[in-house]
Amino acid sequence: MSITNLLENWSDFRQQHPSDDRPHREYKWAMSIDLDACTGCNACSVACYAENNLPVVGKEKFAHGHSHHWIRIERYWDNDGREFADQGAQFLPMLCQQCESAPCETVCPVGATNHTADGLNSQVYNRCVGSRYCNANCPYKARYFNWYNYPTTENVWPEPMNQQLNPDVTVRSKGVMEKCSFCVQRLTVAKSNARTEGRTVIDGEVQTACQQACPTGAITFGNLVDSSSKVAKQWKKQQVELNKDKQAKDEGESASKLRGYRILEGLRTYPSVMYLEQLRESAI
Amino acid sequence: MGKDIREDIAWAQINKDVLKSLETPRRMYWIILFIAIAMVGVAVGSEVYQYQTGMGVSNKNNSHVWGLYIATFIFWIGMSHSGTLLSAILHLMHADWRKPIYRFAEAMTTFSLMTAGLFVLVHLGRLWQVYYVMPYPNERWVWPNFQSPLVWDMFAIATYLSSSVLFLYVGMIPDLAICRDNIHAGWRKKLYTVMSLGWEGTDRQWRNFRITYLTIACFLIPLAVSVHSIVASDFAMSNMPGWHVTSFPPYFVAGALYSGCAAIITLFVILRYVFKFEEYMTLPIMKKLVRLTFAIAMVWTYLNLIEFASVWYGHDQTAKDQLIFKATGPYAPFFWAMIFFGSILPLMLAFKRFQTHLPILFVVSIFLNVGMWLERWMIIAPSFAHGHYPWTWDHDQWPSLVQWGIVFGSFGWFTLLFMVFCKVFPSVSMYEVKEMVYHRSLALKHKPAVKGDY
Repeated sequence: MSITNLLENWSDFRQQHPSDDRPHREYKWAMSIDLDACTGCNACSVACYAENNLPVVGKEKFAHGHSHHWIRIERYWDNDGREFADQGAQFLPMLCQQCESAPCETVCPVGATNHTADGLNSQVYNRCVGSRYCNANCPYKARYFNWYNYPTTENVWPEPMNQQLNPDVTVRSKGVMEKCSFCVQRLTVAKSNARTEGRTVIDGEVQTACQQACPTGAITFGNLVDSSSKVAKQWKKQQVELNKDKQAKDEGESASKLRGYRILEGLRTYPSVMYLEQLRESAI
Repeated sequence: MGKDIREDIAWAQINKDVLKSLETPRRMYWIILFIAIAMVGVAVGSEVYQYQTGMGVSNKNNSHVWGLYIATFIFWIGMSHSGTLLSAILHLMHADWRKPIYRFAEAMTTFSLMTAGLFVLVHLGRLWQVYYVMPYPNERWVWPNFQSPLVWDMFAIATYLSSSVLFLYVGMIPDLAICRDNIHAGWRKKLYTVMSLGWEGTDRQWRNFRITYLTIACFLIPLAVSVHSIVASDFAMSNMPGWHVTSFPPYFVAGALYSGCAAIITLFVILRYVFKFEEYMTLPIMKKLVRLTFAIAMVWTYLNLIEFASVWYGHDQTAKDQLIFKATGPYAPFFWAMIFFGSILPLMLAFKRFQTHLPILFVVSIFLNVGMWLERWMIIAPSFAHGHYPWTWDHDQWPSLVQWGIVFGSFGWFTLLFMVFCKVFPSVSMYEVKEMVYHRSLALKHKPAVKGDY
């Protein structure tokens, strides 16, 4: 975009979406999470710990906010005046939203966090200097910092737990930022297998660890470019569009049957995770 | 109002008085130096511990990732601004009264920038990889992210630091020659000989000197304004409630000049006592300085009110909640202390009787800077404690002693550099004071029997 163009089409520029310039051709990984199905069991979080070599920081550090759950279950005790306290909380699994226009990417001084062609928000551990600007600018606070050198800390992976570390995933040392990667190691394997066979990844061929572990199937993950994938169908049914900052659900009474929304959309981050609103009154 | 300086001081006397500051300060000098070194020790100890153990010991957490380091970083960057104000802007405006005090103000600029730079390092999770931020040629063709305000910061601070070191040095050349000619042989004589670059005070040298000095002064002014605007961009360019404010750059610049002027008052009082500069750092000059500080304090207050008003009447509910949180939440005591020290206390400076009362000014100027430090902290911490997302709302964190230790030690580091400078280099500009005395005696000759101030 040249300067003249910028001046002439300033309002267009403000409305422009990052993927207008570079559309996703083969893959756009996306997720949808059904809050009606989520029981808050934390299995996703545990699976993520196992898959992605997340350090178990222990009670004391957890209390200091040094937790490392790339996916966390949040509890909400009231919503729009409806009290849930006597029935239990509402749950919301929060993970990196893999924003299309990610606030973390623009501010990183060294370019350690980037956008991939698959629409993922990648984190390059080797490049990270630990300025933590990305976390400061992340509205979801879905990024986690290595406050200590966990691999050498006692009781993080006590013997023989270190044997279960995933060889496909780096063990991060102190001073780098990390976050949910949509299990990029699995995606890479699936893509490479598909490429060998001269096709693209079939829906259901690859699952994220959290999706795999979810007992109620609340998490759906897949390729948004593939219109036959389950996640694309869900997005379509809920009329949630990647490039919009306001979805049909919020636009009028006629859309009252829709449940799909994305969190903090007004900030124009264009997240890749759609949530399905919880309708049921009781906790579980 | 009395005279800025006596017109009957002999030039030789000026040399003698200023050169004396390089030789025999009061005992207070050594006490201050010792305390400063002890404070630096605390900071070094804390930093070594933090470096070895990890950033976790500073008690920040995953929703509260920045803390006192960044707040104090802004504070020191801000402090550096009034040196440039005094030495460059007032130089262009021909404000004569700046002459006896601009040298140490300019030194303050340099040393507070050096202190600020350390905070960037202390703040980084992987300090040993800091060079990634610089655009150095490498075989992988990996460059820093030029979109990031932190990279702009790096450029702005590096440029500002190098230019102000140059400005300080160039402005000192004629004085270094005086030192060279008057000091007994020793390492200092060698130092001054090398640094004065063969200055002899010929017409040609003076002419070139003036042009060079003026050029750097003109170059430095937009630089000073841009540096703090860029630091403000670190915040204004982000989307955090409480940071995403359009008026941040001018607000930061005003705050910077404010804290810098307050610091100049503090150092004025200290230097005047420690190095016996009563003849040069006179009360009428202090009066002008205090009035300048008062004016800037009011500008800062005005910009503060603008920020509150634009948030209050804006459409951004999160930012409004954030403002209410600041004023009523756990940070309320600090927030109101900032308002008191920053906006209410300087009202004292409007009264004539306080404008030359050194002990009161000393205490007040320190409190003004406490207020300005709180301002920076009140920008950082509450935004993390009350962000867009509810998860941050119950993850507040009080800074640990490691953080406080490093912040505490930074004041020692600054004092140490400053005090060593004042002992090694002339902290009052001899040639400009002579110029001032000369101008004044000329004025008296042409305008005899002027009553009062001229």
